[in-house]
Amino acid sequence: MLCFAVLKRGGPDLGSASDNLIEIRDLMYSRGSRVIFKDLNLTIKRGEVTALMGPSGTGKTTLLRLITRQLVPQHGTIHIGGVDISTLNQTGLYELRKRFGMLFQNGALLTDLNVFENVAFPLREHTNLSNRLIRHVVLTKLHAVGLRGAADMHPAELSGGMARRVALARAMVMDPEILIYDEPFVGLDPISMGVIVRLVRRMNDALGITSIVVSHDVAEVSTVADCSYLISDGKVAASGSPDELHAANSELVRQFMHGMADGPVAFHFEAPNYAEQLLGRDTE
Amino acid sequence: MKALIRDIYNTAHEFVRTFGAFQLFFLRLLRYSPRVLMRRPRLVVKQVYNAGALSLVIIMVCGFFVGGVLGLQAYANLARFNAEDSVGTVVALALIKELGPVITALLFAGRAGTALSSEIGLMKATDQLSAMEMMAVNPVRRVLVPRFLGGVIAMPFLVAIFTCIGLFGAHVVAIDLLSVDVGAFWQQMQLSVDIDDIHEGVIKSFVFGVVASLFAVWEGYNAVPTAEGVGRATTRTVVISAIAVLILDFMITAVML
Repeated sequence: MLCFAVLKRGGPDLGSASDNLIEIRDLMYSRGSRVIFKDLNLTIKRGEVTALMGPSGTGKTTLLRLITRQLVPQHGTIHIGGVDISTLNQTGLYELRKRFGMLFQNGALLTDLNVFENVAFPLREHTNLSNRLIRHVVLTKLHAVGLRGAADMHPAELSGGMARRVALARAMVMDPEILIYDEPFVGLDPISMGVIVRLVRRMNDALGITSIVVSHDVAEVSTVADCSYLISDGKVAASGSPDELHAANSELVRQFMHGMADGPVAFHFEAPNYAEQLLGRDTE
Repeated sequence: MKALIRDIYNTAHEFVRTFGAFQLFFLRLLRYSPRVLMRRPRLVVKQVYNAGALSLVIIMVCGFFVGGVLGLQAYANLARFNAEDSVGTVVALALIKELGPVITALLFAGRAGTALSSEIGLMKATDQLSAMEMMAVNPVRRVLVPRFLGGVIAMPFLVAIFTCIGLFGAHVVAIDLLSVDVGAFWQQMQLSVDIDDIHEGVIKSFVFGVVASLFAVWEGYNAVPTAEGVGRATTRTVVISAIAVLILDFMITAVML
């Protein structure tokens, strides 16, 4: 890729001796009285696509924010390339983040900039590339997500799916070493989804990066992930390749992977008896 | 009783914590300001346009009518003592020392301050600030400081424009409608207004610019990231800015008398 040659890398050395790029040990995080994670242990291997799956509300997005130190855990450690991220000062953290690309659930495009400038934003902030080179890089990335023709549009003019594709182009414009996708397939039509799924895999292999995908789309994630973690109840409930998870005997894993209504994970949020509530007896 | 003491303690604790955080926030803005001014002047110029140029219409319209009303009131009262030639003096001193800075600051808080708060609050609610953090871009430096500086720079110009338009409004009312002598109007003004009066107005306009812009970016940055939260932050911006401007106006006037 063109910009690999021109982007200078700084910050902490992410190492290459170990296969494990991210190691989470004994992680505990709670919000108020609600415990989100307790003694969570998880390893993300270098060069692989790792999927984080789990029922709604299990804290998958929170885990991504902990990995990127947007949140700080109450206990436990997160090592990235052997570096304990809790020891980094703001400069070190920002140098580390320059090697991350993150696709947010809602795209998080900057609304005062058009599509082109949104994708160019990290380049303008962190490099001294000429306008001509920035234009070349941005159009390449926009072409990859099929939105080169929308370069002059503003975020308000884009559909949800288009906004996420622009955000994906922005996430990969600095050619990051770690790409994090938070629900990348939500709101995409089948054609776009197919293209993006292939793009995730192809980019990972071609650029030798490490990808972390948070998604509910078991079928789509299974086609791209090398390793999947199923998170439930604040812990890793199961892990392995998608095939291993599909073949797992655990009730929870089967329920999630096959989308069954009955199982250990209740579809209904805890509530009083339905009939009693309809008859108004729950308030007596 | 225990509950009451606990509530008072919690409220006091929260107030001290918020006040400390506010001071640290202000120091962060000041710390980054020189670097932003030197390295990213275009960002500041854009915000001067947003906060200043886009407020011009409301400032000019209000300035004209405030000046006109002052002219009317001054004429009505001074005419009783055959002192209508002093209309220009009264209007000029009132506008330069008090009404120009204060009313401009209140209008600024209502137009530009609310726009700043809601914009920053919405950026927070839609993860734009988090996205910047993830792109290793400091949102305080990239978003808040230019907006803060834009307001601080724009305010003295807005006050000057408000005051000039106000004098023009008074001129129209007093001379064109009430037939006050034009020579006396301007000469009395020239003799009575000295440079210290103008200094007072400039100091006030600068202080009010800092206060109104600071509260706007603070409230936006600390807004609860929901529609209701952004709405509340916007309202708080106007209320707190208005109170702060009026209290500071009293204090500065007392010191400079």
